[in-house]
Amino acid sequence: MFVNCSRTIRHKTQLSSLLQRYQSTLVIAEHNNEALSTITQNALTAARQIGGDITVLVAGTKCGPVAEAVSKANGVAKVLVAENDAFKGFVPEAITPLILATQKQFNFSHILAGATAFGKALLPRVAAKLDVSPVSDIIGIKSPDTFVRTIYAGNAIQTVKAKDGVKVVSIRGTSFEATPLEGGSAKLEPAPAGDYKSNLVEFVSQELTKSDRPALASAKTVISGGRGLKSGENFQLLYTLADKMNAAVGASRAAVDAGFVPNDLQVGQTGKIVAPDLYVAVGISGAIQHLAGMKDSKTIVAINKDPEAPIFQVADYGLVADLFKAVPELTEKV
Amino acid sequence: MARVLVGVKRVIDYAVKIRVKPDKSGVVTDGVKHAMNPFDEIAIEEAVRMKEKKLASEIIAVSCGPAQAQETIRTALAMGADRGIHVEVAGPEYDTLQPIHVSKILAKLAQDEKIDIVIVGKQAIDDDANQTAQMTAAVLDWPAGTFCSKVEHGSGELTITREVDGGLEVIKVKTPAVLSADLRLNEPRYATLPNIMKAKKKPIKKVSPKDLGVDTAPRIEIVSVEDPPVRQAGSILPDVDALVAKLKEGGHI
Repeated sequence: MFVNCSRTIRHKTQLSSLLQRYQSTLVIAEHNNEALSTITQNALTAARQIGGDITVLVAGTKCGPVAEAVSKANGVAKVLVAENDAFKGFVPEAITPLILATQKQFNFSHILAGATAFGKALLPRVAAKLDVSPVSDIIGIKSPDTFVRTIYAGNAIQTVKAKDGVKVVSIRGTSFEATPLEGGSAKLEPAPAGDYKSNLVEFVSQELTKSDRPALASAKTVISGGRGLKSGENFQLLYTLADKMNAAVGASRAAVDAGFVPNDLQVGQTGKIVAPDLYVAVGISGAIQHLAGMKDSKTIVAINKDPEAPIFQVADYGLVADLFKAVPELTEKV
Repeated sequence: MARVLVGVKRVIDYAVKIRVKPDKSGVVTDGVKHAMNPFDEIAIEEAVRMKEKKLASEIIAVSCGPAQAQETIRTALAMGADRGIHVEVAGPEYDTLQPIHVSKILAKLAQDEKIDIVIVGKQAIDDDANQTAQMTAAVLDWPAGTFCSKVEHGSGELTITREVDGGLEVIKVKTPAVLSADLRLNEPRYATLPNIMKAKKKPIKKVSPKDLGVDTAPRIEIVSVEDPPVRQAGSILPDVDALVAKLKEGGHI
């Protein structure tokens, strides 16, 4: 009986390693028709953790440079290229049928993208069309069907097992290292052809915040301001400090709602999730919703005049001080 | 004029510090303050404003959940929705109810009620999934205007400003369409006492997913729910010089 039992276990192990070998992942590349977004490199790392073949789909109005770049990433077996005016503005209504056609041809076990505005808008539409339940914003992979994610603004960690045949998963960029774009030489192939133009939606325009500072989601240092800054003009204090430290600037919801800075700087449950090496919270009380977006930062510094502010409970270093004095002094001394 | 369906979810109040159950099966919800998901308040507000501008003829608020979901529907009615639909899902069935199920329910109701615009919040603050609008649109084969911060009504189309990563983006979608409300879409109103009283008289229809032909079999198994790692307590520094020293020590400057 013991022998039988161990044989069953061995058999199961073999079966699971066999299954492991047959994983095949489609990573949807995110780009702006010029350069690949870093989040795709994070997604590639997640795909490598799942195991099996990795295919990257590059769709856009101009794909050449992006497809070339991603084909050099280690572990990528194939890059499918779909260059078409239909993908102007990367509208999910046009990209979804492309992904469905690609899935039909190659039968992937996993479809992955970054949990960005692009990935969040696209993947659930794809999942619904495949009649599978998607898994959002994962922070870890336990096995090809078991994923870790946060719920309740990061206040609980949920482990889920996806039972559907195809796993449609968005990944949190800050939880996976970026796969460097070197060491690989994937083949470029055309993606399945089709008429992907959607008459349901038309991309009109984009108004992007221009900045020379590093991108918020991937910066090594982030300096964020809250209601304590009192005005948009006063954010200049943070910009000056950020420029000196080569940091990105973020904000709390209070600062965005008060009109101090644009929406896309918001860090938190409903804004961006960041996990830089250093996060400096200036004039931010530290509401649950803000902590959700930054509490995985390696080192947290808080500058606040209220010693009772909840931000001090997560800060490695706290400075109870008037930010209007402390920030200029810090700028001078760093 | 458009017929509008708004999805509202009853969630633990945003200000509550949640507790994970000792058996790691989920979070404690019994006896905990619940409220309408904040993004859904914004969705209802947008629908009510449409009605006030004579762009909408009727607003139906729908919620999927246990008996208490009716309170959430009442709140929506007090804010200005005309009638409610309570899709009763309780117990273990509710524990594993996912956006895939809700989107099929919303899609079926949208068809049955001849809806032109479905509005939901961009995400529920409990499961943080951010999927329902996108999936409902997919089931219906309608366009989705996700993360809306502004919606302008044209004839047979909507011009939508969306909050995207680098800033804002404008798209035009044909109606019928599904929208998801972002924080900046509007400032939801408070329900006044007279309106709360009036809302008590507004009808709420009760149906089950089965009545709508939607299978709620779980697609995802919750293996465990645990506390996040706790950060070690830090220290309060006396002055900027001490902070600069710590930053140097950490290699940050």
